[in-house]
Amino acid sequence: MAVPTIIGTETEFGISVKNAREQDLVAASTLVVNAYNSRNLPTILWDYAQESPLMDARGFTVDGENPPSDDANNSVINDILINGGRYYVDHAHPEYCTPECTNARDLVKYEKAGELILELSRLAAEQLLLDNQEIIIYKNNTDYKGHSYGSHENYLMSRKIPFTDIVNGLTPFLVTRQIFTGSGKVGAENGAEDTDFQISQRADFFEKEVGLSTMVERPIINTRDEPHADSKLYRRLHVIVGDSNMSEFTIYLKVGITSIILQLIEKGVVGSQFALQDPVAVIKSVSRDLDCRNKYSLKDDRNWTAIEIQQAYLELAHKHLSPEERTPVVEDLLDKWEYVLTNMKSDPMSMGQHIDWVIKKRLIDAYIDRHAFKWTDARVRMLDLQYHDLRPEKGLYARLLKNGHVERLLSQEEVVHAIQHPPLDTRAYFRGTCLRKYPNSIHSVSWNSIVFNGPTGFDKIMMERPHFGTQEIIGELLNSCTVDELVNQIRTDG
Amino acid sequence: MPREKQQEYRDHPINENEEIQPNSEINDNVDDLTEDLDALLDEIDEILEEDSEEFVENFIQRGGQ
Repeated sequence: MAVPTIIGTETEFGISVKNAREQDLVAASTLVVNAYNSRNLPTILWDYAQESPLMDARGFTVDGENPPSDDANNSVINDILINGGRYYVDHAHPEYCTPECTNARDLVKYEKAGELILELSRLAAEQLLLDNQEIIIYKNNTDYKGHSYGSHENYLMSRKIPFTDIVNGLTPFLVTRQIFTGSGKVGAENGAEDTDFQISQRADFFEKEVGLSTMVERPIINTRDEPHADSKLYRRLHVIVGDSNMSEFTIYLKVGITSIILQLIEKGVVGSQFALQDPVAVIKSVSRDLDCRNKYSLKDDRNWTAIEIQQAYLELAHKHLSPEERTPVVEDLLDKWEYVLTNMKSDPMSMGQHIDWVIKKRLIDAYIDRHAFKWTDARVRMLDLQYHDLRPEKGLYARLLKNGHVERLLSQEEVVHAIQHPPLDTRAYFRGTCLRKYPNSIHSVSWNSIVFNGPTGFDKIMMERPHFGTQEIIGELLNSCTVDELVNQIRTDG
Repeated sequence: MPREKQQEYRDHPINENEEIQPNSEINDNVDDLTEDLDALLDEIDEILEEDSEEFVENFIQRGGQ
């Protein structure tokens, strides 16, 4: 039986303090994350015992830095959210992880709720600074000087699928999907070929086809093997090649279509038929091909454009997805994917309300025209950066959205609701509801466990199946019992 | 959603090099957008961070994942 769809994203945000004498990014990130954790609730720790980021999907473990362990530090840099997500300081960036979602629409909602959480904490943190200082948070992936930070997607997959099948089937999709998932960037970095503007924020940073690292010599396919679930049944595919997106439509297509491709790989209908001769070169070349007309060499010597490769995947989806697999969201995703590819084939710039890089490029083109600026003008780069600014009054994407210039998928009400309410149909429901109902009885939390602090000591409840712990399965029990009864009941039932 | 256009498109093999006309609904939107952009460009002149050159220069992050 197929593994149910479970998707989550992690976003590292750029941060800057205006008028600070020196930029201490770790302190600024900690200030922002802690400002949100001022709910007068007891401290709940993040349980690192359940993590193994150095396990490689190809079957070995790598030496490296271990996560922090002392409780004081743990609670300062971690906030576990009642929507089931996580908010913490990673390196020198605030990072938000969505709760586990069963579909792309929910994922967009929870990712957007995360942006509001960042903005709320930014406002709270600013109260603690000098009057002339201001914190600015960017949902982007680069400082344009060779320092990149990630936007990662996570997809639950069956452990039975050989990792090489994933590498073969997914790589051509990932290097070409940026035509509808890129956020756009002025200039080039990391020694890549110079350009005025390119489709992707991240493409310049990918130097290998496959590997474990996420911070140097980044690979197109990341092999981190840390399922946060029953490792005999599942793997969590950690996709690190994507951009942080502002457009709801773009996030929706990115995670929705990638999830569909993984379904096709699990069904065995995508093999090596689209394998490219040089994926690392192609990812940078596609990023610079603003007309989307360049042809790339496949290993079998066919030459296809990025759009043609995407259309070939689309054809497979139409052919092989069963009626049960074509849920309303999947059907809608296939329609929108086809709509985007068809229109981009005529003119990529026709997607100026839908796809981030096109939205941004239209804006910059108009701005450059008006002022007769060069692409290298600092104001053009500023405009690029400010597209990603989370402040509603300053952020250029926010202004476009407010004025109705970009496609909207969600109402503001449902995004606000998602700040405090977990999805109902994954284990995030159990996690979020326990955090809301029993905050004084929880010692620590991880993606697949909750440690309750009961009268007789610690009780660790494992949640090894991400699609369990739903409202349907456990809602009634959660709403009708004390924490001790809950723990006992789960212990008894296994 | 332009179902007709998509249906028509589905009947063609994927590699045919036929020009497909852009969807007219989208083109209208693009015209609207160009007009609206003028208003937004006025706003941008007001809200763009001052001292862009210095700001962009000093925006240095530590590499993340």
